[in-house]
Amino acid sequence: MAEILKFYNEEQLCGTIKWAASAKEPLEVIGGCSKPGLGRPISTNYRLDLSGLTQIDSYQPDELVLSLGAGVTLVEIRTLLKQNRQELAFEPPDYSSLMGISTKTATIGGVISCNFSGPRRIKAGAARDHILGIRGISGRGEIFKSGGTVVKNVTGYDLSKLLAGSYGTLSAITNLCVRVLPAAETTSTLLLLGLNDADAIDALGYAARTSYEPSGLAHLPRELALHCNVPDAATPSTSVTAIRIEGPPESVTDRIHSLQKTYSHFHTTLLCEESSRTFWQEIRDVIPFSKMLNRVVWRLSVPPSAGAKVVAEIKRHVSCEAFYDWGGGLIWLALDPKETAESNHIRNTLKTHGGHALLVRARADIRRQTSVFQPQPSALHALSTRIKDSFDPLRILNPGKMYKDI
Amino acid sequence: MRLPEPNKSVIAKKPHIVAALRSVVQDENVIEDPEALKPYECDGLSAYRQLPLAVVLPETTDQVSAILKYCDAEGINVVPRGAGTSLSGGALPLADGVLLSLGKFNRILDIDYANRCVIAQPGVTNLAITNAVETEGFYYAPDPSSQIACTIGGNVAENSGGVHCLKYGLTTNNLLCVELVLMNGEVVRVGGKQFDSEGYDILGLITGSEGLLGVITEVTVRILRRPETAQAMLIGFSSNEDAGACVASVIGSGIIPAGMEMMDKLAIHAADDFCSPGYPRDVEALLIVELDGPSAEVTELTARVQSIAECSHAKSISISSSESERQQFWTGRKAAFPAVGRISPDYYCMDGTIPRSHLARVLSRMNELSSEYGLRIANVFHAGDGNLHPLILYDANKPGHLERAEQLGADILRLCVEVGGVLTGEHGVGIEKRDLMGIMFNDSDLNQQQRVKCAFDPDGRLNPGKVFPTLHRCAELGRIHIHGGQIPFPDLPRF
Repeated sequence: MAEILKFYNEEQLCGTIKWAASAKEPLEVIGGCSKPGLGRPISTNYRLDLSGLTQIDSYQPDELVLSLGAGVTLVEIRTLLKQNRQELAFEPPDYSSLMGISTKTATIGGVISCNFSGPRRIKAGAARDHILGIRGISGRGEIFKSGGTVVKNVTGYDLSKLLAGSYGTLSAITNLCVRVLPAAETTSTLLLLGLNDADAIDALGYAARTSYEPSGLAHLPRELALHCNVPDAATPSTSVTAIRIEGPPESVTDRIHSLQKTYSHFHTTLLCEESSRTFWQEIRDVIPFSKMLNRVVWRLSVPPSAGAKVVAEIKRHVSCEAFYDWGGGLIWLALDPKETAESNHIRNTLKTHGGHALLVRARADIRRQTSVFQPQPSALHALSTRIKDSFDPLRILNPGKMYKDI
Repeated sequence: MRLPEPNKSVIAKKPHIVAALRSVVQDENVIEDPEALKPYECDGLSAYRQLPLAVVLPETTDQVSAILKYCDAEGINVVPRGAGTSLSGGALPLADGVLLSLGKFNRILDIDYANRCVIAQPGVTNLAITNAVETEGFYYAPDPSSQIACTIGGNVAENSGGVHCLKYGLTTNNLLCVELVLMNGEVVRVGGKQFDSEGYDILGLITGSEGLLGVITEVTVRILRRPETAQAMLIGFSSNEDAGACVASVIGSGIIPAGMEMMDKLAIHAADDFCSPGYPRDVEALLIVELDGPSAEVTELTARVQSIAECSHAKSISISSSESERQQFWTGRKAAFPAVGRISPDYYCMDGTIPRSHLARVLSRMNELSSEYGLRIANVFHAGDGNLHPLILYDANKPGHLERAEQLGADILRLCVEVGGVLTGEHGVGIEKRDLMGIMFNDSDLNQQQRVKCAFDPDGRLNPGKVFPTLHRCAELGRIHIHGGQIPFPDLPRF
């Protein structure tokens, strides 16, 4: 069992990483531990717990900027921003329920380290697009910063982006400066009822190409829609294809009317305000799969128009449930753990259509046998290894979390 | 400005190098004659000029790969170049370096409306992408003012912005995939038509890396549906403070305009004299605010901005009532640089970014600096995101003027960093701001950036002398100073 060391300031953390570098002692870096079991299983003698880095350095609503410690929880950030009707526009998801965890401890450092974004990704960009600056400690035990506190900045390499989605394998992130944006005044969601996957992805693709600026495009097949905690989405007992519109009230009403006209050949229903919010929270946090804890869960990022085809091809070989976000560009798959060959089928399908797959939830023994992250072509992998070397030459930080040698 | 000492032995080998390059590309695609090299001697920062050893214009990724592999093996420096519109000297040639122009990579390869993206070769101009998709009602959002000429590959290298990036983001936020050739000749693809790439975000790192990490040979960008409507407002103020306060109130109220530009009196008059956009001449500061999107939203938000402007003591407000009037409002802003060029023999364009709340303070300090140096400054800037473009007016024919303009520019950038801003918002570091990097970053920050460079180009052959004030050898940067000991902080909570 690894010993957990909890940190409350950067200096202590830096000292410990320096020590680990000199002792060649690998360390696992953790935030709120809301996504245990994500990534390849690694075993270290020590775990560095960064959830004590909870200071809010500055929050300037007029500047749309928030600087804070990596350990601040998403719950706390939402509460803080709500006071000024602002939010993190990329809708950071909380996968704790999906991972079978009952507490809401996800931290900003954790969500950025995985570059996870919610449904609004299609309009507002990914987590990585909202980082203005970052401070971290490399595997050499050196503190460095990149970026700044302003939106427009091209001074030096954008190391923030590199650290986002690096799963703590390059640096222990201590501080972040993130862009915040005004929260939408109103939200409404038009549900198209009873579409099959292929027609649903076509309909969502059409919506994406209109000038109505949809901020959420998802599809739940019937069997998953039935269990949705939003009554208006569950009671039709059909699949639901959801188009979210946000903005000032007049604009939302106007665009929803236009969409209703566009899709007048379908049965539709409308989710307003609270039910719209709850619906998208469920999509964001992958609630449809949070109850089937014995199932293995994959997250596929594919060209949006290929969404339904990818799932149809996988289903030819493997029995699974699937739903779609990002207009078909994000697929969540749940499979029986006995389907041991499933990763081959998934990866082969992606070879044709493009994209990548991440094994998000599975027992450690499965994660040990399967490549959790998309295998990379050799030149790209060699480059990634050299990038790892440039931050963490001694393989101190989360060694083997992403790939065997990274 | 000092560039790395040219390697005389490389220069002496020029005939061999030219012959080797000609074995890779057609003869006419290697330029060696000094007269023919002349058009390549500088980029948009024309105060600095240097003839390259030779120019090579490859036509395929394989050729780029072969050229880089050869140069890497022979120890020859390479400077990549798009259209050469960089304002920071990013494409300034080296006397002992091969200038690799992507000018022949000028085709759009794929337009995919279903996935809302375009695949283009790097030499395609920014505007050509919009032109290719506008019949279907789409456009490419980042719109640097050089968009007629600048290339998409150069946009990726510099992470170009533009007037509309307040709402739609910079190049990095609109980029899906690149094909990149490394200095060792290896070709890697990062990203795809999907929303996010997996593994390390090399796409994000490459964007804005100023040609130091690799040569881009293919680019996939996101295209957007043209907004249903757009409306612009001209708002005049009797002080910079009022204008700055109005900008903060608009943002603070939850409105993100498509663009929010500010001009000071000198710039307003220069622009109005140049192309008669009908700007108010009796104001100290002018805001151009553009709102776009669904019609109902634009109408509503325009009314809100109007009422905020009134509360911020606006002296005049005009709202465009037609598309042609909207475009007329913009003509003055778009022509601001040439307009200022008409009232001064030369001007030097700066590019710092500051937190918006310091706008008024920075402008008044800039006025003081202007008097101290005896050089006029016209201010044109992206107020919405705090990106300043002070134009320093000088006369290069007067001895010492350029140096004074540069010193004034450096002082302005120091001021930007002092108030919590940065050296460059969208023009890049290049050679221009290279020696100021130490104001913003300490050695540890810069060393980490250079270690990343080592992962791509261990011998530092790609675009050396740009971005980093001091060049370190990768072996030296990679050294680790081990100091043994026990696990520190015995009082840490353990579980």
